[in-house]
Amino acid sequence: MTILLTTAVIVLVFVVIFQIAKASEYVSLLKGEEASRKQNNKINGFLMVVFLVLGLFGVWYCNEVLFDKTLLAQESASVEGERVDSMLWLTLAVTGIVFIGTQIVLFWFAYKYQENEKRKVYFFSHSNTLEAIWTIIPAIALTVLVVIGLRNWFLFTGEPPKSAMVVEVTGKQFGWIFRYPGKDGAFGKKYYKNIDAATNTLGLLWDDKLGQDDLVTEQTMYVVKGKPVKLIIGSRDVIHDVGLSHFRMKMDAVPGIPTTMWFTPKFTTAEMKEKTGNPNFQYEISCDQMCGNGHYSMKGVIEVVSQEDYDLWIAKQNPYYYAAFPDKDPAAAKPAAAATADTSKTAKPAEVKTVAKM
Amino acid sequence: MSNEAVLHAHSDVATHDAHGDHSHEHHHHETFITKYVFSQDHKMIAKQFLITGMVWAVLGGLMSVLFRLQLGYPDSTFPWLESILGKWAKGGHITPEAYYALVTTHGTVLVFFVLTAGLSGTFANFLIPLQIGARDMASPFMNMLSYWFFFGASIVMLSSMFVETGPFSGGWTAYPPLSALGDASPGSKTGMDLWIVSMALFVVSSLLGGLNYIATVLNMRTKGMSMTRLPLTIWALFFTAVLGVLSFPVLLSGFILLIFDRNFGTSFYLSDIFINGVGALPNEGGSAILFQHLFWFLGHPEVYIILLPAMGMVSEILSVNSRKPIFGYMAMIGSLFAIAILAFLVWAHHMFVTGLNPFLGSVFVLLTLLIAVPSAIKVFNWLTTLWRGNIRFTPGMLFAIGFVSMFISGGLTGIWLGNSALDIHLHDTYFVIAHFHIVMGVASMFGMFAGIYHWYPKMYGRFMNNTLAYIHFWVTIAGAYMIFWPMHYQGLAGMPRRYYDFSIWESFKQFQDLNRFISLVAMIVFAVQFLFLFNFFYSIFRGRKVTTLNPWESNTLEWTTPIHPGHGNWVGEIPEVHRWAYDYGKDGKDFIQQTTPVGADESHH
Repeated sequence: MTILLTTAVIVLVFVVIFQIAKASEYVSLLKGEEASRKQNNKINGFLMVVFLVLGLFGVWYCNEVLFDKTLLAQESASVEGERVDSMLWLTLAVTGIVFIGTQIVLFWFAYKYQENEKRKVYFFSHSNTLEAIWTIIPAIALTVLVVIGLRNWFLFTGEPPKSAMVVEVTGKQFGWIFRYPGKDGAFGKKYYKNIDAATNTLGLLWDDKLGQDDLVTEQTMYVVKGKPVKLIIGSRDVIHDVGLSHFRMKMDAVPGIPTTMWFTPKFTTAEMKEKTGNPNFQYEISCDQMCGNGHYSMKGVIEVVSQEDYDLWIAKQNPYYYAAFPDKDPAAAKPAAAATADTSKTAKPAEVKTVAKM
Repeated sequence: MSNEAVLHAHSDVATHDAHGDHSHEHHHHETFITKYVFSQDHKMIAKQFLITGMVWAVLGGLMSVLFRLQLGYPDSTFPWLESILGKWAKGGHITPEAYYALVTTHGTVLVFFVLTAGLSGTFANFLIPLQIGARDMASPFMNMLSYWFFFGASIVMLSSMFVETGPFSGGWTAYPPLSALGDASPGSKTGMDLWIVSMALFVVSSLLGGLNYIATVLNMRTKGMSMTRLPLTIWALFFTAVLGVLSFPVLLSGFILLIFDRNFGTSFYLSDIFINGVGALPNEGGSAILFQHLFWFLGHPEVYIILLPAMGMVSEILSVNSRKPIFGYMAMIGSLFAIAILAFLVWAHHMFVTGLNPFLGSVFVLLTLLIAVPSAIKVFNWLTTLWRGNIRFTPGMLFAIGFVSMFISGGLTGIWLGNSALDIHLHDTYFVIAHFHIVMGVASMFGMFAGIYHWYPKMYGRFMNNTLAYIHFWVTIAGAYMIFWPMHYQGLAGMPRRYYDFSIWESFKQFQDLNRFISLVAMIVFAVQFLFLFNFFYSIFRGRKVTTLNPWESNTLEWTTPIHPGHGNWVGEIPEVHRWAYDYGKDGKDFIQQTTPVGADESHH
């Protein structure tokens, strides 16, 4: 019923507008087409200035309402992100000036040079000087922006400091898996055909000693405040993207092709809760590359903590190897050493096969 | 060689005239089928492209209204949605599957069917022969095929919407592996096969059209119409056709590899994939990024395929209605040329965060920002064209001015996104949506409206209603800014594109009010387009009649044809051209048509 009513109202409005439009056409015939054309010209010329003024007001108002809801109002949460911010402000200044200047000129000219019988048009077909000016000035401005941009770009995509910790991030439909290298500081080998959705989400090769102390977690990643962290990013199925808006960083997760990204967190999650005044604040990892119907819910969390808290956290983690083979866990009781030997024997040939395949 | 060329040219002209007479003689024998359906008249084909494009614009626009409903009112239910969408809107709530299908189809349809076929298909067909002084295209038959391949593509695309597993839903860019694996997304099953078939047909249509446009512009200009006397519309349409012919085949090759990966077990794009519930796939060694290179090698020129025709028409319309020559004609051609070249050298700026080699990325930053230079030249030249003119605000002129405004607004944010170190923050956020909708979507749409209002008297021999056109313009420009301007702020909050729902996100959920506002404005703007559609179709039959040959007092050749030109365009001989197209306000004369010989006492410019 409401739909019927809305449709009826819309149709009615349309009919009214149409009648007015049709009537204005008849009026113009009575008044003389030339006279009514000139009148319309005046109205539209006037509207040009109205639009300019209201438009600039709208730009200001929009900023007033929305500024605080954006990251413009928040300091970057990573050291490298500060460079993104400073570059963003410079770019905003340059493009903002051009925007306001050209829009004013456009609508002002339209108003000022509206048809007027007394005006004699100025036949002005080209001017090399003018054209050179507006080729060279943009070129110089852009060169400055490019130089600054590329210096930052090479920093962002370059090698992180040696002190950086390393975490492997793997995207899957629709969540994130994190792997830490464990005490030996190195990741074990993996091969996607070894993936088992329940016990081996990354497809680790269990006979690789380096991998036996690797830690695997899902959804939440822990990193240390003030310590650079390098992410080695991959995907298990389709392309995803590790989007870290608070750190001003982003990198795709591509199946078969590892990518990297690094940054240095400046504030712990707790500090950010205070800074933003939002007790629910989280550093969220948003998937920024269309990855399927659950794309919008592919959320991960980065917990930035102090070094002490990190050490406490990591001490509590158990290597993934022991989750797959509980009987090998030294922490667990050792009821049957013989049984363990058995499994390793039977497991061996299978492992050899997969390694050979690599 | 030169002799031969002259001879050839002569015989060409001769056969041409003969052809013209021939068609004139047989005019009365045309049947409904040959005149309106399988027509080989470029003017009728142009109208076919235009009206098919309009149908798609309505469908594509409606899709955006539907998914804006979800974004603006995520907690409400609309029972009527279930009655039109069935299982895709269970309980009156659009499902994620349907949301992504709508987003994908909206993008595909608007980019390819509306703004490529509907825009350059329409105006290249309509204006090239009329403005260069030719009776028809180089190959009218190929031209007809071009439309019917597009029609076929449309039918296949439309049919994909009625498939049980749904139409393709992986975004209009169709990145594999998502687009290659039906197990990763139901939309990538039959829907994707139909999507690829449709796009393949579309590529064929574009190539047939493009080759024809190029051949016609190069070979069939009337006597005296040297390349540097061509109106800027023709230059723009010419470069558009060149871009299409060189880039669409690359897209097709990318799609063919995708077909192989989907159906024949190859691994061009697939490697190291484990799908939940299916297990590890056998494919190894492919590169998912390869597709993106092939796609964007078309995808970026595509942006200019959409934009250049609008630029050309706007240049023409601004000049005519300012009663002043276009400022810097040669610079305008030069900048079109520069844009056409650079269009092929910037594709990887869509791929800065794919793990692309950083050095390669830096090269693309440089080349991308270089495009801003010819773009700036164009903007300043348009502004100078207005300066000290005598402006008539015809509906076409209003939309041309709106185009310049939109092109500035959207072009400037390109300077942000083209700089990789900023793109690393803004990539795939609402900032990108705002950028390309303003600069490519709305701006080109404005160019298209400008063209329709301006050449409507030539198409149908009648005028559209001005009052409706004025309302259409002012509501659309204000609405377009209200929809897309605030999206920059959402992007600056890091809000990602293609999210069905933001409620679980602590960082992005603060925009609910804004989303509702944007959705509301989008619905109003969509509704106002029906004023235009009504005006268009009503005026075909009831519009004010055109009584003079040259209603806009314009210089170009199309206004020397009869009010209702038949197939062959000119009765009798094709007029000879003696000057460029922009002698407005010269030596105190309001306008001097291209067919007027240069007088002895005329000043040089």
